[in-house]
Amino acid sequence: MQISFTVNGTRQDMELDPRVTLLDALRDHLGLTGSKKGCDHGQCGACTVLVEGRRVNACLSLAAMHEGEEITTIEGIAQTSPDTAATLQQAMIDYDGMQCGYCTPGQVCSAVGMLSEAREGWPSHVTEDLDAPLELTRDELTERMSGNLCRCGCYPGIVKAIRTASEARTSDSEAA
Amino acid sequence: MRPFDFTRPDDLEGACAAGFTEGATFIGGGTNLIDLMKLEVMAPAHVVDVTRLGLDRIEDEGDGLNIGATVRNADLAADPRVRRRYPVLSRALLAGASGQLRNRATTAGNLLQRTRCPYFQDRDSACNKRTPGAGCAALGGEVRNHAILGTSEHCIALHPSDMAVAMRALDAEIEVRDPEGGMRSMDLDHFYRLPRDTPHIETRLEPGDLITSVRLPAPKGDRQIYRKVRDRASYAFALVSVAAVLRMEGGKIAHAAVAFGGIGTEPWRDIEVDAMLTGETPSDSLFDKAGEVLVQGADVQDGTAFKVPLVQRVLKDVLWRAVA
Repeated sequence: MQISFTVNGTRQDMELDPRVTLLDALRDHLGLTGSKKGCDHGQCGACTVLVEGRRVNACLSLAAMHEGEEITTIEGIAQTSPDTAATLQQAMIDYDGMQCGYCTPGQVCSAVGMLSEAREGWPSHVTEDLDAPLELTRDELTERMSGNLCRCGCYPGIVKAIRTASEARTSDSEAA
Repeated sequence: MRPFDFTRPDDLEGACAAGFTEGATFIGGGTNLIDLMKLEVMAPAHVVDVTRLGLDRIEDEGDGLNIGATVRNADLAADPRVRRRYPVLSRALLAGASGQLRNRATTAGNLLQRTRCPYFQDRDSACNKRTPGAGCAALGGEVRNHAILGTSEHCIALHPSDMAVAMRALDAEIEVRDPEGGMRSMDLDHFYRLPRDTPHIETRLEPGDLITSVRLPAPKGDRQIYRKVRDRASYAFALVSVAAVLRMEGGKIAHAAVAFGGIGTEPWRDIEVDAMLTGETPSDSLFDKAGEVLVQGADVQDGTAFKVPLVQRVLKDVLWRAVA
């Protein structure tokens, strides 16, 4: 079937079988292999991309469900969310937020999406008062990132990197 | 994945007509369905995308709320009206899945999600839910995330939802459109079917029936608690969860609605438990008795025996927090 959506600002028209997931469309049909296939069942978060600015598991979504939508992958996130993503990517390097790097694109996309959710004041499982202004503590951050696994166990560095990005002043209106 | 036709109707009539075709299934977020299609546990001939029908709004309705079927779990949890007046629902949603999944998963899809019984998900294992009459590999097999209430000799599969547990405690009603355009509503007790000898039939939806919204009446209690116990701190299904909606008057429990996750073949509520709490003064002995009534007739396997004392203790803890 004919499917069109925008990836990192470029419109893409594709002829795809309805079975093709968003992840496979990005990787195999558009050659954007930054988004990773880890578990392929929504458990590891390595495939995380932004759809209309929101983080989702690309492996659990059909490409056909995204007709006309805007997708942002790790390849384009520094352009669409320059302040947050650029700061975060540098901080991931500075704090050794990776060893093998396989989960890293998903961690970065997820963190950018998570920080914009936090800016909107969304509560989380560990938020004590659902009505109070949100303070993005370490507990809040780790709870909100629990959908991204790192088998190298680089969590301390990842947490430090995301905290650095969250503290940096941002003007990323696209991500807000 | 098996081949299927994909359509994305833009009105309810077209959606219900497409949903009425042989082997059709609706897709909302797809986070459960696509997973099961990859495993070929589900192999619909026709997938009907219902996310562009305008069913994604949360609207005030009298003193209650009307929640569109395709409202994403993340939006529902963050809605200021839900946070303020139905905090048990926000809490239950936020206790479930991950941020990425909540951004996709829908209200109706959450209600309709399938069990995570590993034998259901494994096509090489016997499962009456997947293949009626095939037998049940869970009985006598490895069990942990399985039900102890509502089970039958054919199925002990657990309903995995957190959201639906809160919905049960809030007396939610489901609005359904049939292929002829008729609307009907049902409460969750009527909506879900116990497995009995037909575990493959989980709800009272008929072919082509589309859930359009979930209605919440005005909250009947201002003391709302959701507590979930799981194997890890985040992103895991409930071993046991308890949703409580209470109202206190003069030191007595004037309204009690308690629902349970992790123990039932459907999101569990026992009107006997609610009745014995209502009108009473909180006490350890009252809450202990409620816990005893809850597990009367529990169907316990070696791997699920821990759930009896666990749910009783969590219930007691939640009730004390709610009345405090």
